[in-house]
Amino acid sequence: MSVVVYIPNDSAAVSIGADQVAALVAQEAVKRSLDVTVVRNGTRGALWLETLVEVVTPQGRIAYGPVQPGDVSSLFDADFLHGGAHPLALGETEAISWFAGQDRVTYKRVGIIDPLSLNDYESHGGLTGLRKAIAQSGADIVAEVTASGLRGRGGAGFPAGIKWKTVLDAEADQKYVCCNADEGDSGTFADRILIEADPFTLIEGMTIAAVAVGATQGFVYLRSEYPTAIKRLRDAIDIATSAGVLGSSVLGSSHAFNLEVRVGAGSYVCGEETAMLESLEGKRGVIRSKPPLPAIAGLFGKPTIINNVLTLASVPAILADGAAAYAARGTGRSLGTQVFQLAGNIARGGIIETAFGVTLETLVKTFGGGTLSGKPLRAIQIGGPLGAYFNTSHLGVSMDYESLAAAGGMLGHGGVVLFDDAVDLAQQAKFAMEFCALESCGKCTPCRLGSTRGAETIEKIISGVDVPANKLLLLDLCEVMTDGSLCAMGGLTPLPVKSAMNNFPEDFTGGAKK
Amino acid sequence: MSYPSWSIEEATRVLSPLKDVQGPVLIALQSIQERFGYVHDEAVALVAETFNVSRADVHGVLTYYHDLRTTPAPARCIQICVAEACQSVGSRDLVAAVEKKLGKLIDETYADIEIKSAYCFGNCALGPSAMVDGELVGRANVEKVTA
Repeated sequence: MSVVVYIPNDSAAVSIGADQVAALVAQEAVKRSLDVTVVRNGTRGALWLETLVEVVTPQGRIAYGPVQPGDVSSLFDADFLHGGAHPLALGETEAISWFAGQDRVTYKRVGIIDPLSLNDYESHGGLTGLRKAIAQSGADIVAEVTASGLRGRGGAGFPAGIKWKTVLDAEADQKYVCCNADEGDSGTFADRILIEADPFTLIEGMTIAAVAVGATQGFVYLRSEYPTAIKRLRDAIDIATSAGVLGSSVLGSSHAFNLEVRVGAGSYVCGEETAMLESLEGKRGVIRSKPPLPAIAGLFGKPTIINNVLTLASVPAILADGAAAYAARGTGRSLGTQVFQLAGNIARGGIIETAFGVTLETLVKTFGGGTLSGKPLRAIQIGGPLGAYFNTSHLGVSMDYESLAAAGGMLGHGGVVLFDDAVDLAQQAKFAMEFCALESCGKCTPCRLGSTRGAETIEKIISGVDVPANKLLLLDLCEVMTDGSLCAMGGLTPLPVKSAMNNFPEDFTGGAKK
Repeated sequence: MSYPSWSIEEATRVLSPLKDVQGPVLIALQSIQERFGYVHDEAVALVAETFNVSRADVHGVLTYYHDLRTTPAPARCIQICVAEACQSVGSRDLVAAVEKKLGKLIDETYADIEIKSAYCFGNCALGPSAMVDGELVGRANVEKVTA
């Protein structure tokens, strides 16, 4: 009987040699006349273990990692096809503490199934939520999502059910569902991994949204920096359409829903929902003022649900297992699970899905294992380029929307980036301003011009020019940007700048650190 | 990657399947770039005429997006991520080392090679990251990037 070996085709795994490992495993099997079937799954999210090779045995899936191309022949020598002992052997995958300590809901199937096998998807619980949804009224679906407490995972944290209800109640000849997959924040990759590893979950979530509010057309706005995800999602949409999951009759029901991928063009601000709408309409990605809300007048002026990938991908599980099961997780008003991403200078980076309320320390130390360099941890940026820089005195903070806001930061899209003691926070603050200058859409003056003036002012502080006066000027500028910008680009760029100044004042004294 | 040289006839063929697309300008320019490797000056008028929008609108879109280019791409393209997660694992040093080895500067224009700053490939746990001729490279170093 053929032995099944799983080797990820995720782009992160491929970036460090997974394709070579897969090719060598197939070659070596032929050379040794062994019957091996290589299945390319998505990554399970333990990027520090990539390339993670798993063998299906009667005892379950046995893992080996991180496997380099040069290790393949020794794995065969060790009879890894039957779970043989080897220095890279990790035992049963599910029992590895890094995985066992997680609570995977949105990411339930990620890394476990063949991403483009609809059969695999269904046999692991896929389409259960959609089947339940088409048997219900739109109002009931929306009520279920509202009761789950699901909030927008893109960063704003707005309750998904309330947004959906607004679109449901809007009268229009056409409604849209748009998925924001313009995951431009440095330190985040959960959207990409989900799309590459389990694209049908996103398709199912969007279809449930469409059925709920009566939308017939959906778009996924996916960034051009993710070529593998673009191809994977388009392939998955074709498969779902052929199978009747999408199309004129969703699973044989009276609902029609078609889905299309639109590719971004390298603009960070198009991750802001109204700039994304402009870009989807083929225009410059300049943000719109609100109101009107996109839920009332969104894409092409029609009522539009806009949600992040992780928000929509959480919906199938909520419908399948019920709102109560989802809402039983988490803390306070942050219910359910969050897909955290451990990134940067980290020993064990990757995806940690767990209920809200886990401490930063648990993420960074228990899961992350501290810095990759082994040098002392100095700074942690949470929530992407617009998120705050924390110092190690904040390690006890509970990772949920309210606690992070109270600590002077934000959850954003759940990215956690570690820096060791080589970091210079004045340089990081300057970079935040420079990035804003580069990516500002130009609509609001405080963002368009303030970002350049901000970078110049921080450079003066670094060079020791009139430091106290320039620090005051910088704080004043930050206030203008916060209050005078329409969207989060200009409005939140002051967050990394001011948090760096508050939490690392020693880096803003004018003595340029080399 | 090699591309055919610019021709209005071929560009017209590229645009013809997009006639029914709502909001077609960005897709039209992306399709032209995919075919020819860049967006030729003459494409602006062609797209404007094909979709009945002003040339100013097309020019506005063309100059807004970082991805769209108006000159042919050099044979080699190295993009190095310089965003925060990659900074934390030494992307600034990587840029300096690549500049030194190749004797070229990042984000400057050269005929044979392009070295560009990039902002996140979603490979933030295996940085520094680079994209070398379309291939994502994790745990990048000067050898891998200039190989």
